[in-house]
Amino acid sequence: MGKNLTMLQAITEAMDQMLGHDDRVMIMGEDIGVNGGVFRSTEGLYEKYGKDRVIDTPLAESGIIGSAIGLALNGMLPIVEIQFLAFIYPGFEQLVSHAARMRYRTRGQFGVPLLIRTPYGAGIRGPELHSESVETFFAHTPGLKVVAPSNPYDAKGLLISALEDPDPVIFLEPTKLYRAFKEEVPDEMYRIPIGQAKVVQEGSDLTIYAWGAMLREALNAAKKIEAEKGWKCEVVDLRTLYPLDRDTIVQSIKKTGRALIVHEAHKTAGLGAEIISIINDEALIYLKAPIKRVTGFDVPVPPFTIEDHYLPTVDRVKQGIVETLSF
Amino acid sequence: MKAYSNEVEPEIFRVLTPDGEIIETIDGKIDKSLMLKMYESMLLLRTFDRKSVNLQRQGRIGTYAPFEGQEASQVGSALALSAGDWMFPTYRDHGAAIIHGQELYRVFLYWMAHFDGSICPEGKRILPPSVPIATQMVHAVGTAWASKIRGEKNVSIAYFGDGATSEGDFHEALNFAGVYKTPTIFFCQNNGYAISVPFEKQSASKTISQRAAAYDIHGVRVDGNDIFAVWLTVKQAVERALNGEGPTLIEAITFRYGAHTTADNPNIYRDQDEISTFWRENRDPITRLRKYLNKEGHWNEEQEELALKKFNELIDAHLQKAEGYPKSDPLEMFNHVYAEESWHLKEQKQELNQILRKGGKK
Ligand SMILES: Cc1ncc(C[n+]2csc(CCOP(=O)(O)OP(=O)(O)O)c2C)c(N)n1
Repeated sequence: MGKNLTMLQAITEAMDQMLGHDDRVMIMGEDIGVNGGVFRSTEGLYEKYGKDRVIDTPLAESGIIGSAIGLALNGMLPIVEIQFLAFIYPGFEQLVSHAARMRYRTRGQFGVPLLIRTPYGAGIRGPELHSESVETFFAHTPGLKVVAPSNPYDAKGLLISALEDPDPVIFLEPTKLYRAFKEEVPDEMYRIPIGQAKVVQEGSDLTIYAWGAMLREALNAAKKIEAEKGWKCEVVDLRTLYPLDRDTIVQSIKKTGRALIVHEAHKTAGLGAEIISIINDEALIYLKAPIKRVTGFDVPVPPFTIEDHYLPTVDRVKQGIVETLSF
Repeated sequence: MKAYSNEVEPEIFRVLTPDGEIIETIDGKIDKSLMLKMYESMLLLRTFDRKSVNLQRQGRIGTYAPFEGQEASQVGSALALSAGDWMFPTYRDHGAAIIHGQELYRVFLYWMAHFDGSICPEGKRILPPSVPIATQMVHAVGTAWASKIRGEKNVSIAYFGDGATSEGDFHEALNFAGVYKTPTIFFCQNNGYAISVPFEKQSASKTISQRAAAYDIHGVRVDGNDIFAVWLTVKQAVERALNGEGPTLIEAITFRYGAHTTADNPNIYRDQDEISTFWRENRDPITRLRKYLNKEGHWNEEQEELALKKFNELIDAHLQKAEGYPKSDPLEMFNHVYAEESWHLKEQKQELNQILRKGGKK
């Protein structure tokens, strides 16, 4: 049994079930209680579980993440919502200096099973700093795990896994996809393992690696190219950004010999570079062409009037496919 | 307050004068055996601290942060806790950690930069020293909050210095603790300096304890070199916390006689002789309790000698244990990054292992 849900609804359902399932679970953040979250991802939960489990905190990201670290140390399972990814910066120190390191520092004595959810990415016509895609900061931090779903089904299953994970997980929710489409989502509490990518479309000519909102652009471009040129692209959704699923990445390139990486994060030191390195290490001799990246530019995400020019578009992705396949 | 001021500070809570007189009623709350425990603990820690400074000079431990002069604050506060209470120390609070149950040899291991120096005894809740300033304060709010949610009768204490009160996390922690009325004790040792910067340059507010008012929590300013006053203050904070009356901010006025760390030269920023001598001669926490105990006939020269001998032997035994402790295996750097090791760490571990084996040393 299931229902058709948006990603937002799937996320709310996952949290609802986790709150009902385990007393230790609590949600905390700015405007997440009475208001149900600025995107309404916690809608109804405050009414259902009360102010002590769905907590409107003071406006203080370091305080939120830092106290959640303490709560997690002392047996709770906090879900922290950071209102927008770029507003995590005041709490960044708590994440990298403490959440990520507590287990290491205490030689396994104390863990921090903390889940941080945050909307991220461009395409929602937001004001400055509402559209950032800085997953690299977290994927560069040993001790953290980074997850980015691209559809309602994965969002629910990954969220439950992330909450049950004994280590801190940053859960990046592509804002643009919150309400973009609906999908059948099972009613039960199912889990999708962290650390596993998924081949969402099989193909033989080229692999596109993408995640989050860019997965849609990748699929659309692949569909168009197939119609126009008959080329069949394989599309891989990474789903977990750290640690990466090397096996799936490598298996696909061995099959297709050509790759294109699509991400909306800035190009320099973006995860695309890491994926290219993995392929170089593991599958260089299978390559028939240099690996291309279609990414956001190395500029701050610009005002929304020109935001679309910053983001990879279906056309840019198509262009990348053509260049790679005609190398 | 100037760190070297001789003025009487009106709003400060003091029980035991520097001459060893009791000026407040202690209502039998501190009995003889507790007094002796306080005294011996301070003596033990001073011996440990001096030894550690020497060990650093001999190259047997790494850079070290001394706390000599702050013994009453650390011992008094730690003795007021129960065994299951959460402690969040800084790099200067290993004295408090030892009194709360951390083993001496582990403290040596920490300063020898051994991984295992951050482990606390089974069942204890002593977190590793926080190196980034003030960040541990919010953790203490969180653990206390969880204790409150589950109805466990434990408090959390966060230690920090006067410099830490300028950091954002100090304010976020007090604010959260106030809003959620968490059983948290914020214990500031105002030793007058944040490395080289005196409190007058750190902040325009005259005292740290007055900041409690801004968050509508309880604030107390106490003579941090008066162990009776410190103990009573923290004890009261514990009671308040367990009664559901929320957090307390305690400002303990004290002084570190020595350098910020063994890598620092305090002569550059303060008149070392004058200030240190002033505090040592007029306010030393150990001397003043000894004066009182001597007068009461609870302590004499002979006991002092015996105790010092005992502590030296104990510390040496722990030092030996630390120096004989198995060295960290380089491969240990890969352990405990996550609860479960992922592929990239497994492989990097193997890579290092091969390098080590080729080099013939491990
Ligand atoms: C976030 C951060 N900034 C700077 C430092 C470097 N630092 C280490 S100790 C210290 C001074 C701290 O002073 P205080 O809080 O008064 O504690 P004390 O050392 O006097 O006990 C500084 C600036 C640090 N450890 N963390």
